[in-house]
Amino acid sequence: MASPAPKIVLDGVTKSFGPISVLDGVNLSIDPGESLAIIGQSGSGKSVTLKCILGLIQPDAGSIRVDGEEIIGQRGKELERLRAKFGMLFQGSALFDSLPIWRNVTFALTQGHHRDAARMRMIAEENLERVGLDAKILDLRPSELSGGMQKRVALARAIAPRPEIIFFDEPTTGLDPIRADVINDLIVSLVEDLGVTALTITHDMASARKIAHRVAMLYQGKIIWRGPRDRLYDSGNPYVDQFVQGRADGPIS
Amino acid sequence: MTVSSPAAAIAGLLVWIGTPFLAALTAVGRVTIFAFRTIVRALTPPYYPARLLDQLAHIGWFSLPVVGLTAIFTGAALAQQIFVAGSRFSAQSTVPAVVVIGMVRELGPVLVGLMVAGRVSSAMAAEIGTMRVTEQLDALVTLRTDAFRYLIAPRLFASLIALPIMVLVANAIGIFGGYLISVHKLGFNAANYLGVTRRYLNSDDFAMALVKAGVFGFFMALMGCYHGYHTQGGAAGVGNATRNAVVSAFVLILIANLVITVMAFG
Ligand SMILES: Nc1ncnc2c1ncn2[C@@H]1O[C@H](COP(=O)(O)OP(=O)(O)OP(=O)(O)O)[C@@H](O)[C@H]1O
Ligand SMILES: [Mg+2]
Repeated sequence: MASPAPKIVLDGVTKSFGPISVLDGVNLSIDPGESLAIIGQSGSGKSVTLKCILGLIQPDAGSIRVDGEEIIGQRGKELERLRAKFGMLFQGSALFDSLPIWRNVTFALTQGHHRDAARMRMIAEENLERVGLDAKILDLRPSELSGGMQKRVALARAIAPRPEIIFFDEPTTGLDPIRADVINDLIVSLVEDLGVTALTITHDMASARKIAHRVAMLYQGKIIWRGPRDRLYDSGNPYVDQFVQGRADGPIS
Repeated sequence: MTVSSPAAAIAGLLVWIGTPFLAALTAVGRVTIFAFRTIVRALTPPYYPARLLDQLAHIGWFSLPVVGLTAIFTGAALAQQIFVAGSRFSAQSTVPAVVVIGMVRELGPVLVGLMVAGRVSSAMAAEIGTMRVTEQLDALVTLRTDAFRYLIAPRLFASLIALPIMVLVANAIGIFGGYLISVHKLGFNAANYLGVTRRYLNSDDFAMALVKAGVFGFFMALMGCYHGYHTQGGAAGVGNATRNAVVSAFVLILIANLVITVMAFG
């Protein structure tokens, strides 16, 4: 099968914080319109990987290309242009606590300017509806919402500018099973209907199997396994087996 | 630990002096780059005038009560001190002149600088630092917005604009405080006192006061934003950033005050 030019390529990406090596040669490739899930232990560097791609953390070595363009070392306008392709749902939501919900959701559209209030409120309402929230919360502050609601507002904020690539850092963590499935459906529809390229970090195997075409596992700074979602439970890899079955005994200590 | 040879002792001494010196030099370099980056970004669009006005209100308007209070009491206390000290060699008549010169040249700018720095640097460091540790600064970047233009430049320029205005207000209120106590307690003739005051109001002194105020305003916001922006690690990190911001703002203000005074009169 002739595959299209990949959307994102990571090549030997390494990153240490002081003496602690977190990423130790990550190789990963994501095709346009593909949905990839990354699994791995807590603290294995999944969030750091996403932040490297977004240029929020500078890797020590390696190459990260988006649509064939190197992102490492880019600055100023060029970096801004590349970053505009991305939307990001942060693990901790990272909502702006000084702004009302609707300003949060439409922040990227106005780049923080307070203009077009009427139109922006409408856009905020539409996007909140997509994540299963209603217009009653438009004027509330993030601190007045539950953790799960904050997560969904953050999701609405990430998708509002219609980015080509969206990163979801644990989108269903902290949600009840029904809400979690609403989010799964949303991610599937973004990928299937709008052709978004999605990269999702998750600890939720049911969610990974539903939303992802392929799954990759990060362990000790490397991608140790990747494969189609149907192979997740018969990967033939002892690390993946132990992880997806959630056993305490096995090669991962 | 024992030192074996004189060479080792000298090397140890050099390290002892050199390490903090290099650290200080690095810090100055980083702050300078931070300041330049803010100014360069602020000069190119998008601009955030609404954020600037917000910050002006925060820094200027809401600091006025505390500035006014400080100025009126200090002006009055200054008049009383000069009166007592001056009466020993019957120079009480210098009270209005000393109040004007002291307020305008030194006390006005320094007091306002320190009072407002306590409020402004800490608030900026805590707010931006919290945004750092909760990943709001990262989120800003992924939402196509530059933190230097959106958060930092408005704070820096609002502070630069607000401080001179507040120093003018403080000078006026401080001189009025001296007038009140002189006329109502120390027995000065009101018209006479005002006449002397007017004679010693000097536009050069005011120019220097405004320059000082602008510099102080710039430094206090710079320290607040710099330490907030570089906050590391949780609530404790925000606490550190806040404390470092206030301490470094105070030190910079005191040094800048001396430098400007010496340059003007030296
Ligand atoms: N800014 C930072 N400074 C220092 N160390 C960091 C920083 N960010 C992450 N780390 C370290 O990098 C490692 C990986 O962190 P990361 O957040 O990527 O984990 P993760 O795989 O996303 O885990 P989780 O599933 O718990 O979210 C951790 O050991 C963490 O301590
Ligand atoms: Mg994480």
